[in-house]
Amino acid sequence: MPPLTTPKSGDALFASVERVNAELFTLTYGAIVRQLLTDLEEVEEVNKQLDQMGYNIGTRLVDEFLAKSNVSNCADFKETADTIAKTLSYVCPVIAFFTATVAMHHSGTFHALSSANSLGFKMFLGVTATVTNWDAEGTTCSFVLEDNPLVDFVELPDTCQGLQYCNVLSGVIRGALEMVSMKTEVTWVRDMLRGDDAYEMRVKLTKQVPEEYPYKDDD
Amino acid sequence: MISVGKTKQYANVLDKPLSRGRQEVSLSAFAFLFSEVVQYNQTQVDNIADLERRLEDAGYAVGARVLELLCHREKGNRRETRLLGILSFIHSNVWKVLFGKVADSLEKGTEHEDEYMISEKELLVNRFISVPKDMGAFNCGAFVAGIVRGVLDNAGFPAVVTAHFVPIEGQQRPRTTILIKFAEEVLRRESRLG
Repeated sequence: MPPLTTPKSGDALFASVERVNAELFTLTYGAIVRQLLTDLEEVEEVNKQLDQMGYNIGTRLVDEFLAKSNVSNCADFKETADTIAKTLSYVCPVIAFFTATVAMHHSGTFHALSSANSLGFKMFLGVTATVTNWDAEGTTCSFVLEDNPLVDFVELPDTCQGLQYCNVLSGVIRGALEMVSMKTEVTWVRDMLRGDDAYEMRVKLTKQVPEEYPYKDDD
Repeated sequence: MISVGKTKQYANVLDKPLSRGRQEVSLSAFAFLFSEVVQYNQTQVDNIADLERRLEDAGYAVGARVLELLCHREKGNRRETRLLGILSFIHSNVWKVLFGKVADSLEKGTEHEDEYMISEKELLVNRFISVPKDMGAFNCGAFVAGIVRGVLDNAGFPAVVTAHFVPIEGQQRPRTTILIKFAEEVLRRESRLG
């Protein structure tokens, strides 16, 4: 079944939302990380708290994303429920969410996904993420960011080497996907703050929570 | 593994070229983040004054860095040394970079020599915030007050900076006024400089 509306491109989406200077965002994020380091003292605790904050953000951000991106709507969702259940198990969760519940419309065509980069990153952070390194089952993939607005002006001091500075991002992905019924584990494999050549998050689909249909409040 | 080696590696953050600061993120990204900042800080305090103080501290850290950044980028490593100079720097340069516009107004207090006010009809950080009744006069603008204090303090103008709601007639939402009260030494120096 063809989509009723075409999902917008990442650039179009980003152009259509209100924007603020990235430095305000970056420095504010830096301020909260510093507060956490002071309050919690343990780097591990800070990682956890950042992830939790990201999770909170993700669960709310998904609504805005779905509302603005034309990615899906309820009518289609219901009608293709069967397909979703079958296809999503092998569709990368992140893409499935970020680029396209398009997959749902296209009954899980894979190429629709591979051509699309993560809309969400573009829409919210104004950067492009590449999706790559799928595993054979199609339940694990990597998000690679070359450009990451969170880390401008940042250098990890020796005392904070265990800090996952960008943990808020992995939390966001986890939270957002959970709202579309996919439990995931997100881990950082590359981090430019530690001298790697890019940022890479590994996203693994661990469990799918079946949606309950039909939605009662819709009728 | 696909390697994406476009970005040059810098050992030290100071070796990086200074960006021109044109990059943007969505307002929602900031709003969501800021809301987490407020909520987290709320878990760390048991009264409103402490919450405002913590938000101000977070803002202070931002202000200190903004001053450094803008002095490098826009002012050829010079910073303002005069009172009016630094105030208009905040009202124009800082506001423009952080909030995309100059502040609505910059005024001198009529009752006290050492007081100045920067007012904003709809402060960015207050845009999605409605303060519950039981939190009284709490104002998220404390974060912005902190930014202002951070800039002033690091430029050598210690001051007490607070954010207040001021109702405007015929408008549902009050504007936010950032009240700056300079330390005595600042005024003494200023009068010496003539």
